[in-house]
Amino acid sequence: MSSSSTLRNRVAIVGVGESEIGKVPHMSGLGLNAQAAKRALDDAGLKVSDIDGLLTAYSFTEPYFMLGTVMCEYLGLQPRYNASMVVGGASPAVMLKHAAEAIAAGQCTTVLVCAGENRATGQTRDQAVAALTAVGHPYFERPYGPSIPGFYAMIARRHMAEFGTTSEQLAAVAVTSRRHAGLHPNAHMRAPITLADVLNSKPIADPLRILDCCLISDAGGAFIVTSADRAKDLAAKPAYLAGIGEFHTHEHIICAPSLTEFGAIQSGRAAYAMAGMGPSDIDVAELYDCFSIVPIIELEELGFCPRGQGGRFYEEGHAAIGGKLPVNTHGGMMSHAHAGSAGGLFGIIEAVRQLRGGLGPRQVDGAEVALVHNEGGILSSHCTLILTAQPR
Amino acid sequence: MSQELPAPIVNPDSQAYWDGARRDRLMIRRCAACGRMHFLPRYLCPACWSSDLEWIESCGRGTVHSFTIIRRAPLPAFTDRVPYVVALIDLEEGPRMMANILGEDALQTCIGDAVEVCFEERGDGGAKIPQFSRRR
Repeated sequence: MSSSSTLRNRVAIVGVGESEIGKVPHMSGLGLNAQAAKRALDDAGLKVSDIDGLLTAYSFTEPYFMLGTVMCEYLGLQPRYNASMVVGGASPAVMLKHAAEAIAAGQCTTVLVCAGENRATGQTRDQAVAALTAVGHPYFERPYGPSIPGFYAMIARRHMAEFGTTSEQLAAVAVTSRRHAGLHPNAHMRAPITLADVLNSKPIADPLRILDCCLISDAGGAFIVTSADRAKDLAAKPAYLAGIGEFHTHEHIICAPSLTEFGAIQSGRAAYAMAGMGPSDIDVAELYDCFSIVPIIELEELGFCPRGQGGRFYEEGHAAIGGKLPVNTHGGMMSHAHAGSAGGLFGIIEAVRQLRGGLGPRQVDGAEVALVHNEGGILSSHCTLILTAQPR
Repeated sequence: MSQELPAPIVNPDSQAYWDGARRDRLMIRRCAACGRMHFLPRYLCPACWSSDLEWIESCGRGTVHSFTIIRRAPLPAFTDRVPYVVALIDLEEGPRMMANILGEDALQTCIGDAVEVCFEERGDGGAKIPQFSRRR
């Protein structure tokens, strides 16, 4: 397939923005989206009238039926391209793919992608946990009282049994992420933690403890996508989309084809094939990390280490800034922010920033190619994308 | 204050499954066209899309594929049960399902344990849900 018939180098991310993050009780969920959108627009040096497409995902705290249209209404936009997409945590990357497809097909020129909600203060912690339980199958899982951490705990347990992954290796994920978050001025949790802190933290669903779990934050994120041609003339240095792919295998864990092999294999292969690249070309990776076991599995599925070695990869320091492949340089969802569908969006923002450069101690030296992986459900829906500092 | 544990929700896909559970029978689906079995009941066979499906009774034996011990309940109704085991069970016939592991030794559950179905009453109309306990 020639590059002109794919999405390779057709679009670029030209603006990124994060809202205030953490506990932000003075802002609504839509307000967090709007603040992030405004910051992304300013970053790109574009005018509101330049936006002719909008994609957003979903919100548990402000569960509007037509959230995409509601978002346009709130922002005063009347676009010719709009939808709200619900692919769980995979939504931000999938939205980038849809935006790229729409722009490449001439349906619009400039798409605002935003997501987020006030998940920390817009509802109680019990409401947050109960809302997330809705991900379990209503008839064949929920009667048994599973939790989202519980689903991922079963995956972690299986990984430990098959490959010898240890609790210390899971904890290394949390520690590494927190160290990175300490270098990010807007991260929700920045105070360093130790392996012992993680291993002694409150048990949630064995073998996962509270510090193996993502945060519950108030946060909104946004990025702006336009054609690669148009990107060249804008204020910020563009991040070009070199490859992107998705794959979906199940939604509920009872229907997962495997607890150790997931669709990141196929989504990654599709992204690498489009980009004409492989794992060794990647300088920095922003992986989905709702629980500590997840980036371990993604490292394996995306070809950065052999199957079963993801935990060791973290334990040996390869995922730290300065290591072989720095992962989640912003702190990920375990330390930077997690607010509903925005979790994976911050990985995309961070990838763009790494490619632009100048992040001080957080900067990955010579970052030219970044990979981002989003997953939704229980490792159910996957989308992998590769961004580059230059079209190639 | 404890709330009611979730009772079965019956719909046309699952009527026979829950009717079976009331009679202490674990029912699973077999495709008459391709012979494959699946757990989640539906209109058609997810492997070959035939709608010629039949219900068979599982022998009720299986092994623990993976499990977790829930320490923090997701819903107030489960608070009194903490800690409890949620497991994925591979039935001898092949399909995988979720259940709690019940019994005094439930917290000693390991991957690969042999387990056997039992039934727990839920709701006040005689409804039951399949559960499992470790075989000795």
